[in-house]
Amino acid sequence: MIEVKNLYKSFKDKEVLKGISATFETGKTNMIIGRSGSGKTVFVKSVLGLIQPESGIVSFDGRIWSDLSLSVQRKLRMEMGVVFQGNALFDSFTIEENIMFPMKMFTKKSLPEMKERVNEVLHQVNLENVNNKFPAEISGGMQKRVALARAIVLYPKYLFCDEPNSGLDPKTAIIIDNLIHDLTKRYDTTTVINTHDMNSIMEIGESIILLKDGHKLWEGNKSQVFISDNEDLNDFVFSSSLFRRVKELVKKEGKF
Amino acid sequence: MYLEAIGKYSLMMKQVFARPQKHKIFFENYFKEIDDLGIKSIGLISFISFFIGGVVTIQTARNMSNPLIDKMYIGYATIKSIFLEFSPTFISIILAGIVGSYIASTIGTMRITEQIDALDVMGINSANHLILPKLMAAVTFYPFLIMISMFLGVLGGWVAGNLTGMVLSENYLKGIRYSFDSFDIIYALIKTIVFAFFIATIPSYFGYNVRGGALEVGRASTKAVIWTSITIIVFNYILTQLLLS
Repeated sequence: MIEVKNLYKSFKDKEVLKGISATFETGKTNMIIGRSGSGKTVFVKSVLGLIQPESGIVSFDGRIWSDLSLSVQRKLRMEMGVVFQGNALFDSFTIEENIMFPMKMFTKKSLPEMKERVNEVLHQVNLENVNNKFPAEISGGMQKRVALARAIVLYPKYLFCDEPNSGLDPKTAIIIDNLIHDLTKRYDTTTVINTHDMNSIMEIGESIILLKDGHKLWEGNKSQVFISDNEDLNDFVFSSSLFRRVKELVKKEGKF
Repeated sequence: MYLEAIGKYSLMMKQVFARPQKHKIFFENYFKEIDDLGIKSIGLISFISFFIGGVVTIQTARNMSNPLIDKMYIGYATIKSIFLEFSPTFISIILAGIVGSYIASTIGTMRITEQIDALDVMGINSANHLILPKLMAAVTFYPFLIMISMFLGVLGGWVAGNLTGMVLSENYLKGIRYSFDSFDIIYALIKTIVFAFFIATIPSYFGYNVRGGALEVGRASTKAVIWTSITIIVFNYILTQLLLS
């Protein structure tokens, strides 16, 4: 479980995070939603320790990040897997080398063992025969899966995904969503997904928080999204006529 | 602003000099960097050194028209120019251009595409992982590169002198041996090692701290080359004062 309490962060005169608190539960796909510029990425990067917040507490299963020494923080980071918005695959490495890299750095596995694990995670993300290709030689959807495979290769306790569907077609986006959901259940990870993709929210949003202008305005799950009267949530989620129609139908039927 | 940059550079260097997390990977990266930063520059550096050596000889010969001055001094002037200044300083400035822009743009691209963030969240000291192999490759390989440059510069002078007939081979060879001081080589190598340090670390600093997109990476590359060159010129003066005065 990841607990965040009163996180504040500003850049020069602009306050980006204004005292956000949230709890991300283990074994669930926890979503952070909000418009562009709402502070989602800064929030996730602050939780990851990539940005130093001005104040606030982030704890990973009781371990308070700011109380840990640099070496313990590095060890804790080995328990995290991150899928970046732009995938962040190493250009000069093949797919196999990209996925193998965390194992080479932090484990004493032999080369055949590492290769076996690479093939295992590639199979889990439904990729085959790409081991010797370079990131530039595969599609965006495949790169996303490779990024996911690299993130889970060390059996992380915490999985962070920043806009995992950006730049993907709707069908591939749903496949990626379901993969993240399946992997969360399989590895029992605390998964935090940063998104503004409505399909993702409806597909796998087990726990959702809405951010706006650096504040947390709402929290709930995908079923509660349909019955909430929160104006900001409705304004954000049901901005398209299709989703407004879906909401009316759900209200009428009385269930999601 | 400059003080802030120096402070950030110092903090980055503190991270760079940490113990590598995995020595095997450090050595893999070190040999890769020797190839990228050193071996791939040999061709161009050899070409430049050979021809500049020739030009130095021709220009020296043209300015020594007095028949009372022994022609061997053309060889003497050539070897002094090449050993003391051209090879260690000007080849380093050329390397700052070739290698500096390469380092700044590769690290800068890694920064804007979140590859450095990916290293950080994996628990890897990204500055150490990316910069230390480059620094060690430059510091250990550039002395060899400069020695190649010194040899080819003197050879170029000999070839040019012979081809133009401005200096006879025996005079040139006598000149390069005349009053030969082995400290000139030590002096050149000390300067090279100091300059190699700057060639590897200043562009790394600019690349590592890029924020924004492709335009900023380009600007960082340009700034890296400018500041590395300025630093080399300033330290060339300081080292010359310290070592030769």
